[in-house]
Order: sequence, then C-alpha cells, then structure tokens
Amino acid sequence: MSTQIETLLKSNLTTTVVHNNIPVVEIDKVNVYSKGHHILKNVSTIIPKNKITVLLGPSGCGKTTLLKCLNRLTDLYPDLKVSGSIRIDGDNIFDAHKDITAIRQKMGLLLQRPYPLPMSIYDNIAYGLKLKGIRNKKIISAKVEKHLKEVALWDEVKDRLKTSAQRLSIGQQQRLCLARGLAVEPEIILADEPSSALDPISSRVIEEEFIKLKSGYTIILVTHILRQAKRLADNVIFMYYGEIIESGPAQQVFENPQSEILKEYLRVGH
Amino acid sequence: MLLSRKLTDNISSKWMVTCLTFCLLLPLAIGTGLVFKSTPLLSEHRLSELVFSKDWFPSDNRFGFWSFIVSSVWVTVLSLIISIPLCLLSAIYLTQYAPKWFLKFMRPVIDILAGIPSVVYGVWGLLIVVPLVGDKIAPFFGKESLGYSLLAGAIVLAVMSIPYILNMLLEVFRQMPVELGEASLALGATKWETIKHSFLRKGSTGIISAFGLGFSKALGETIAVLMVVGNVVQIPKSMFDSGYTLPGLIANNYGEMMSIPSYDSALMFGALLLFVIIVIINVIFRYIIYKSEAL
Repeated sequence: MSTQIETLLKSNLTTTVVHNNIPVVEIDKVNVYSKGHHILKNVSTIIPKNKITVLLGPSGCGKTTLLKCLNRLTDLYPDLKVSGSIRIDGDNIFDAHKDITAIRQKMGLLLQRPYPLPMSIYDNIAYGLKLKGIRNKKIISAKVEKHLKEVALWDEVKDRLKTSAQRLSIGQQQRLCLARGLAVEPEIILADEPSSALDPISSRVIEEEFIKLKSGYTIILVTHILRQAKRLADNVIFMYYGEIIESGPAQQVFENPQSEILKEYLRVGH
Repeated sequence: MLLSRKLTDNISSKWMVTCLTFCLLLPLAIGTGLVFKSTPLLSEHRLSELVFSKDWFPSDNRFGFWSFIVSSVWVTVLSLIISIPLCLLSAIYLTQYAPKWFLKFMRPVIDILAGIPSVVYGVWGLLIVVPLVGDKIAPFFGKESLGYSLLAGAIVLAVMSIPYILNMLLEVFRQMPVELGEASLALGATKWETIKHSFLRKGSTGIISAFGLGFSKALGETIAVLMVVGNVVQIPKSMFDSGYTLPGLIANNYGEMMSIPSYDSALMFGALLLFVIIVIINVIFRYIIYKSEAL
C-alpha cells in the first residue's frame, strides 16, 4: 500500500515537473532584418511555463526586438522583415489568418516607461476588459479591484479611481500598467526593462510582484541589469549581437558559463 | 571676455522680454484703438441696439449689426463642419496608415495650398463653387439659390483653412508616442480602436487647438468670402441664402460713403465686434482645452 502511494506520489511529482517544463513559447529560426541590418540571427529557443525567463544581454543586442516579435508588435514597424516561426501553445503566431488581437491578449506587455492610456485609472483597466466584450459594470468593477489589489495599488488609488492615470507617480503608473495587462487574463507577461525608469523602491515592488505572479503566469523579462537577472531568473537566455549565445536554467548559466562573452559579461556586470 | 559674455547673456534675455512685451501689447493696442474709434457711434446708440438690431440703414443713422454677426458666425461654423472631418480623417490616414513617403510628398502640397492667395480662392469660388451650389447642391435639397450663398462661402473657407488645420493635426498625430500605440494594441485593441480611444484622447488638446485656429482663421477671412457670399444685408434663413460677413462689410465700405456721419465709426465698431467674437471664441476653446487636460 505504502509503496503504491509512493509510486503514485512519485508519478504525480514527475507529472508536475513535466507540466512545469511544458514550453509555452517555442521560437524557431526567427530572423529579423531592418534596412539591411540583421537584427536577430536565426534565434531558436524554448520558454517554459510558469517561470521567469530573463532575456539578458547588453543594450542593442536584440532583446527588445525578440520580445516584440512575440506579440507581433513588429507589425508596427514596416521596416522590419520577420521570418521563422513562433509557436504559442502550439499555434504559429505568424500564420496570416490568426486573429492578432486574440494572440496579443494572451500576453500582457510592460514597457520601459509606463504609458498609461489617456483616461482614468479605472478606465485604464476596464479598457482591455471592454475590448474582450465584457460589458457588465459589476464584473468590470470587480475585476478592476481585483487586479489593482494584485499589484498592490488598490489602497493607494481606491478613492480616486475616476481621476486621470497621468497624475500617478511613475512607480504607481508602472504598477497600473501591469494591472492593466493582467486584467485581460494573459498567460504570458512580457516585460521590457520594466524597472529601468523607476526608483529603487518602486522597482523592488515590481520585482516582488513578478515573483508572486510567476505561479500563475509565464514571465519573459528583458533586462541588462545582471543583479536583477540573478534575483529573478529561473531561466536565462543570454543574447549578444542578435544571437542567443547561451541559455538554460539560471543557476547553470550564471555559475557555469561556457562562452567567453558571457564570462566577460558576468565579470564586469553588476 | 568673461564680462562681455555675461553682458551678452543678460542682454539676450532682455531682448526676448522686449519682443514678448511687444507681442502682448499688440492685441491690446488694437483693441483699445478700435474702442476709441467706435466711441462716437457708441455714444449715440445703445450697445444692445447696435449688436442685436438687424436694421442697417446708415443714411438714417441706424446701424444694426445682427445680420452681419449671424452671417459671419454661420459661414464660419459651416466651414468648420466641412473641414473638421476632412482634416481629422486625412491627418489620421497620413500619419497612421499611409507609407512614410506619401506623408513626405503631401507636406509640400499642403504648404502650397496654404500659400495660395485668398483672392485666387475667391476666383475659384466664383467660377466653380457658386455655380455648383446654385445649379446642383441647392436643387438637390429642393431649394432655389443664386449660388452666392453662405454655403459657397463656407466651402471656399473650408478649403482655405484645410492646410492650417491639417498641418497642426499632422503634428499632433506624429508626436503620438509609439509606445502608447503598443500599449493599446498589446491589450488586444485593433488599430482603429487604438486611434479612437487612445490617440484622439491623448491628442485632444492639440486637436481642439487646431480647430480653434481654423475658427479664428475662417472668421477673419475677408476677400474670398466677400466674392462668393452675395453681400446682401439680411438674416439668412438657410445656408443657401446670401449673407454679408463683418470682414466683408469693412473691406467693401471703408473709405467710401464717408459723407454719412458715424459711418466710419460704425465700421470700426464692426471691427471691434469681430475682435470681441474672436476673443470670446478663443476663451471658449481655452476652456475646453483646460477641461480636456484635466483628464
């Protein structure tokens, strides 16, 4: 009996582990050109579910471009030519007949600087919900409250939900942007150096949010700050000049770097 | 060396203040001058009578400006009704949808449109718009019109104010941060939803300013309107009727008929009215901008 339970437990354990390593995003041979420049060079990698994957590398190495490929914001730049495939939950997002708005709603986006929409705090969160077709005011209000609480902003703004989001401090704005992204119930959070414009305390709050959120979401974080990467990463992708140099579990990448470039980066980085 | 640089530095800011003061005093000086010049008329007639009476018989010493005010405002508002949607949609298309080379190509075209002398627009209005209104548009609405009408004036004015409004709107939409678009699209909005909910709101201040500029420009335009609007002193009953705008009144009559007492003063009062209307309109637009910035 006990052995049976043990086997059962073991098998359960293995399934959990396997489940956690299910790739949410499979990037296969992605190339991006801009006016003759090769920005991303044959990038292939896998991003596991419910983990924080950090895209690490010096400025201008293609981290942000790769991030923007994931929700096809590259479409906004007519100069960019993108090839290859990116599968999210098995669907290639570059398929022409895919509904791009639905793909984008699978991902919440957090930019370097917060860009609150030009409307009230409440409407910033309600916006995505309304786009999803939710009209019921009670549901919307409940979700606004839930997601503002999720990013620890509720207590600070609950008395002024109808005032302009522009009046919040920059740290609050960034948390609002995170809440806004979470409200559309994405599976993935894309974050492009989300704390680079923030003071240390606000940026710490964002980092803590990420650690809390990773149980429910797959987080892809672009950063060039090594310490931040070390604090947060479960999985690291190190990029240099448009190529993935090394990738793997954080511990392995940080403690046992293979390439000279990464060793150098880890040595001088802070 | 150091002293001379310091001196230049000090003087430069003084110069700027002088120029600014001049710019600020100019409207004040014009306003005062107009008030001063219209005092003879104001001392003879009650203000309310001058503004709200429609009897315009200068030889009987009766000066009612109401029909001119109504014509002016009507032509201006009509022209904005035509030009606003045209400009707004063109600006959105050029900045958000069209390829970059097309915007580059359109800019000089718009500037040329702005550089055409208004008398040329007037001639174009006479030859094309007046017959068009008289023969086609008015009959289409079941009305009779000679063509010399408020609508003809409004169409000419709308075309004339397009380059001004459009140029300002292009700036507004070009300065829209890319990231705002990205943020909205990332939430699952379509391009049109992004423009409608985010860009129009974000740019509302600039958009309202552009319309305010268009309004002032249209209200003050003289010669082109004068050529097509008919210049009949009456309260127009529809947009197909003739009218007579305030600038037209002044331009047509200043320096003439000076034998009639108070006529000179009356024209100056007309100019003062125009000035006051522009001030009021600007205040209203400022208020709307202030309100839109609050959100």
